[in-house]
Amino acid sequence: MTTREIAGKEIEFDEEGFMTNPEDWDKDVAVALAADINITLSERHWEIIEFSREDYQAQGEAPGLRRITKEAGVPTKDLYKLFPKGPAKKIAYVSGLGKPTGCI
Amino acid sequence: MILSEIELIEPEENRVKIAKDDRYLYYDYLIIATGTHPRPDETPGLSESEWRQSIHDFYTFEGATALAKKLRTWEGGKLVVNIMELPFKCPVAPLEFIFLADWYFHEKQMRDKVELKLVTPLPGAFTKPRAASLLGSTLEDKNINLVTEFYTERVEPEKNLLISYDEEEVEYDLLVTVPVNMGADVIERSGLGDELNHVPVDKHTFQSTDHDNIFALGDAANLPTSKAGSVAHFAVEVFVDNFLRYIEGLPMLEKFDGHANCFIESGFGKGILIDFNYDVEPLPGKYPLPGFGPFSLLQESEMNHWGKVMFRWMYWNILLKGKEMPITAQMTMAGKWS
Repeated sequence: MTTREIAGKEIEFDEEGFMTNPEDWDKDVAVALAADINITLSERHWEIIEFSREDYQAQGEAPGLRRITKEAGVPTKDLYKLFPKGPAKKIAYVSGLGKPTGCI
Repeated sequence: MILSEIELIEPEENRVKIAKDDRYLYYDYLIIATGTHPRPDETPGLSESEWRQSIHDFYTFEGATALAKKLRTWEGGKLVVNIMELPFKCPVAPLEFIFLADWYFHEKQMRDKVELKLVTPLPGAFTKPRAASLLGSTLEDKNINLVTEFYTERVEPEKNLLISYDEEEVEYDLLVTVPVNMGADVIERSGLGDELNHVPVDKHTFQSTDHDNIFALGDAANLPTSKAGSVAHFAVEVFVDNFLRYIEGLPMLEKFDGHANCFIESGFGKGILIDFNYDVEPLPGKYPLPGFGPFSLLQESEMNHWGKVMFRWMYWNILLKGKEMPITAQMTMAGKWS
């Protein structure tokens, strides 16, 4: 567990670098977290982040790629363009959610 | 007992429409156990011109026998094992296949003619860190390459290429694939499934999150644990008593912990054994008797291989006959060290 100051707030992260309290998240935090991984948020990024936040509220976990593609209607290929190299993890990171389980 | 295709489940009407005689079956409680199935048709290029030629699977009887026949005369080259999507049935199966392939080609004295590669969407050889690290180094020792975070978009069968969503490519001469796994179509038709047609349930009681009188057992459910026979076995053991309480109006007590237990044949007469649940990742130790074993957890040993051989007998003579297994449904920390 580590704490970092993000957008003027003390935010706690787990050992894998994901936020531990999704309720500490706000849009300024998202912008700062995205900048951390070299992403400038566009309208399309926000659509996906908002879907992921809402889906987390309903399901209790960060959505995987197939779920985002099917439920939010964003082609997987676009997810890879918007959040290159490991979009599921990057979307969860910027949305202030835990690591997607990818259960096995 | 009725043997019939199921046309539709109508949870609001508490009934199931079956194909046979167009009948409706009304229920007070419904238990769904429709499993999960490999769906090669979900990946463009996979089950087309090269299916069962240079592209094979081993999750069906036809697939496994066709692959065995192919391997007997295969002259070598790049053998790629790939996982299309998570979750899938028996998460150790692709590892086991590639370990056994390594052994098989050694025995045939042609291992030097075969390049073995495991391609996975996971960040490592397995989801859980310690098992991923042990299995990763076992792959390395056996000279099996591992390609991680490769999420396959399509296959180009004429060019022998796997292509990922971010346009990375992996070349193969022989592809052994674990296709996308999906729950039954009737689950989707009935509006009961998630994006892969698995039924969302409470992970401790198997009760549907949307309908109080529906339960889903085994691979049909969206439990965040392995889709494996051991899990279904332990789950049902916990479920039966709990369900009997539920229909008597008592609160459900026993809680399923996600217990999974798998042998992994690693070739050359050895095996690995893993034992874990929702909260505890596979750890080293001794099993089932703490300190004694005779099986070693998260370690390669000949005894583990003999355990798997012995399990064949247990499967037919104890498990399938519904007799009590000498292992507990809930995972225990005794004998494990962290």
